[in-house]
Amino acid sequence: MNWGSPAEFLAMGGYGLYVWGSFGVCALLMIMEPILVSKRRNAILRSLRREHLAESLDKQ
Amino acid sequence: MSNKIIHWFKYASPQSFYPLAGKMIPWFWALAAVFTVIGLWISFFEAPTDVTQGEGYRIIFIHVPAAWMSMFLYCVMAAWAGIGLSLNTRLSSMMAQAIAPTGALMAFLSLWTGAFWGKPMWGAWWVWDARLTSALVLFFLYIGFLALQAAIDDPRRADKAGAILALVGVVNVPIIYWSVKWWNTLHQGASVSLMKAPTMATTMLWGMLIMSLAFWMYALALVLMRVRAIILEREALTDWVKNLPEVKGNAQ
Repeated sequence: MNWGSPAEFLAMGGYGLYVWGSFGVCALLMIMEPILVSKRRNAILRSLRREHLAESLDKQ
Repeated sequence: MSNKIIHWFKYASPQSFYPLAGKMIPWFWALAAVFTVIGLWISFFEAPTDVTQGEGYRIIFIHVPAAWMSMFLYCVMAAWAGIGLSLNTRLSSMMAQAIAPTGALMAFLSLWTGAFWGKPMWGAWWVWDARLTSALVLFFLYIGFLALQAAIDDPRRADKAGAILALVGVVNVPIIYWSVKWWNTLHQGASVSLMKAPTMATTMLWGMLIMSLAFWMYALALVLMRVRAIILEREALTDWVKNLPEVKGNAQ
């Protein structure tokens, strides 16, 4: 184990800004990307469903 | 002349690939989660403090996987684009398109984490060093590919233009890889190579390899998710898409 306390862990031996600046942005972007892709999928599915509904109404 | 596509592989058509990709995505997410947990544990709790770089070196555990993925994804993207260009297969071009944003993200992360590593170690966020410059060019190639595809309305023409850009840009990948050897760079040489034993502690090496696997699984999951969305967008007018349960099922 490298760390005596949570504060020591956050300080990263004086490199806190750089280590957390890297890991933080990495985590943020890698959480954002799947959310954006899900939104893209939902958008196309919504329009496909609307299309399907319109077609089924036409037939009636 | 017949319009029939030769089925080299069953899954070369969007119609049969779409459900297969859907089945694979949860597995890749699960693997990504497992590798991330193990990788982060090793990165922060198992790997010892570096003698010369203190705790700052821990950036390596995301910097190297991101940089590797950015180069690897570029090659895969160019390969799919090339196949799409030469064989005119729809799915290949969609794959290339699905890879580009994730590749661009990896290229950005490699530059970002590199800057956050360079500042404490070299005293500069950025230097015009051969490795850094060629990595920046890679990022711009991804952006160029995405911009070119977005600028052309006809998707098939966009695929062809993008493919040519992607294929020409491949020349940059070996330049990045060997830049630290060919030029006198500030960036350190490769710590891991196929030719010689790695020049780093075993725990650090394992942490880096497991984090790389996590990035791999993440990229696979993301690319498959995106290619499924692209398939729906491009095949919106086909009967098989119209008959999908997620389209037909709950039309409100």
